[in-house]
Amino acid sequence: MIEVQHLTKRYGRVTAVDDLTFKVERGEILGFLGPNGAGKTTTMRILTGYMPATEGKAVVAGFDVFEQPMEAKRRTGYLPETPPLYPEMTVKEYLQFVSRIKLKGVSSSERRSRVDDSMRKARVDDMANRHCGKLSKGYRQRVGLAQAILHNPEVLILDEPTAGLDPKQIIETRQLIRELAGTHTIILSTHILPEVSQTCERVVIINKGRVVAIDTPNNLTARLRGSETLYVEIDAQGHDVSSVLQAVPGVTGVSVTTKGDGPVGYEVSSERGRDVRRDLARAVVAQNYGLLELRASRMSLEEIFLSLTTEEKEPEQPAAAGGEQHG
Amino acid sequence: MGNILAIAQKEVKSYFASPIAYVIIGFFALVFGWFYFVALDYFMRTSMQMGMPGQGQVNVNTMAIRPLLQNVSVVALFVLPLITMRTYSEEKRSGTIELLLTSPVTDFQIIMGKFLGAVALYVMMLAVTTIHMGILFIYGNPEWKPIVTGYLGLLLMGASFISIGLLISSLTKNQIVAGMVTFAVLLLLWTVGWMQESAGPMGQKVLQALSLTDRFDDFTKGVIDLKHVVYYLSFISFGLFLTAKSVDSERWRG
Repeated sequence: MIEVQHLTKRYGRVTAVDDLTFKVERGEILGFLGPNGAGKTTTMRILTGYMPATEGKAVVAGFDVFEQPMEAKRRTGYLPETPPLYPEMTVKEYLQFVSRIKLKGVSSSERRSRVDDSMRKARVDDMANRHCGKLSKGYRQRVGLAQAILHNPEVLILDEPTAGLDPKQIIETRQLIRELAGTHTIILSTHILPEVSQTCERVVIINKGRVVAIDTPNNLTARLRGSETLYVEIDAQGHDVSSVLQAVPGVTGVSVTTKGDGPVGYEVSSERGRDVRRDLARAVVAQNYGLLELRASRMSLEEIFLSLTTEEKEPEQPAAAGGEQHG
Repeated sequence: MGNILAIAQKEVKSYFASPIAYVIIGFFALVFGWFYFVALDYFMRTSMQMGMPGQGQVNVNTMAIRPLLQNVSVVALFVLPLITMRTYSEEKRSGTIELLLTSPVTDFQIIMGKFLGAVALYVMMLAVTTIHMGILFIYGNPEWKPIVTGYLGLLLMGASFISIGLLISSLTKNQIVAGMVTFAVLLLLWTVGWMQESAGPMGQKVLQALSLTDRFDDFTKGVIDLKHVVYYLSFISFGLFLTAKSVDSERWRG
């Protein structure tokens, strides 16, 4: 549905998007994740035909966005970062205007019903006669969404659709996006990570204009367990268990995380791809120590994101591995 | 065509949604009314004097209407930058330009829509003056042909001003900057003819070619010179063409 090949965009000497290649299948929701200034908005603007790329190719709904921009635009709905509303128009007037420039060869009654449809879908029908300039942030965003889905496009490109909404609105918007998925192919950008794991089927993480990872949220988490880390809590009545743990084959490092009179927590790192949990448990129990807890400290999407987008080679994991637990 | 019309209507609506249209048309009516009063007063006084035997004919066309239309051209020079300054700047500032540029409409359609919208407001502004002209027809007997050609000249010249205004508005996000620069450029184009006397033979020709207002005089005399019509039309096309280029280059620069 969407195919991006070696897309590059340079502003003068600054490279905003650098050799981007990815694909989105029909009906899929792709999450576009990256820190601010990573090139998310630029990529989306290229895909929607707002600006041309310096190099590379982008095909949307079967049409090259540079060769046949009109055809591609007719099949694309776009919600920019700031909803493009005319403050002096009412919501209805605005959507009517949008319907006139987006729908070609459509009768005016059909147009009216499309406007009503999109207002209902985006839940803005109660504000139909309110001026766009007087809407709250949440409604502005939703009117922007109504605008994007008005011509029932095959492809929806949403730039931070939940930015600036309150938690309830965020949940509603995500719900709406998921509803739209089956019939539309969606790319949405965000820098909020839970959003991606909740709404998207696949994630593209980009940083400094380059793709760092493309995968499903689950695979990403699994793949990036990388150097596996376990959290072990042992009641050893004051004995130091480090040497015992260190002796287990495959263990590369042991560090104490919690000290005290009672149970001691250890952070045990092991070779990549090697599951040492069984051996570890056996070794502890063989010494007659009490094994209170043993779990893989899995990286949350946040940590994956950070480790992928920060400069350090070795992803450094915080001591108290929060987020999703129990690997 | 449908797209052009949709955008033109949107433009006109937004002029009337804000006070811009009312202020512009209202104050134009006020200023024009004053000029009208002055012109008629002058005409009446001179016609009294010339009414004496042996003084020849008085002509309301050359003595009242012509100077009046020339005054309108000057007022247009002040007012049109106010109409065009927001056309692109405001859309760029508020981000609505993203809607237009990602919708299935061509740059040409957007520019034509905006141009026609601004011209429509200008025509409404001029329409106010037909009331005053009507009164002249009720109480006097002016020739209608020079009036019609005068209005045609006003329309062509105003549209040329608008095409410059659009171009300048497409270059900046700031309305005030767009308005001020447009005003300065129009003022220069208006007064460039004044230097003709002291410019060399070559320079004189160049200045003459640049002057938008010199051509207008012929229209008020009742003369439609094809040369002038073509000049204005090509001037408008060139302005719109440059606007298209400016919008396009903005895309590349991002």
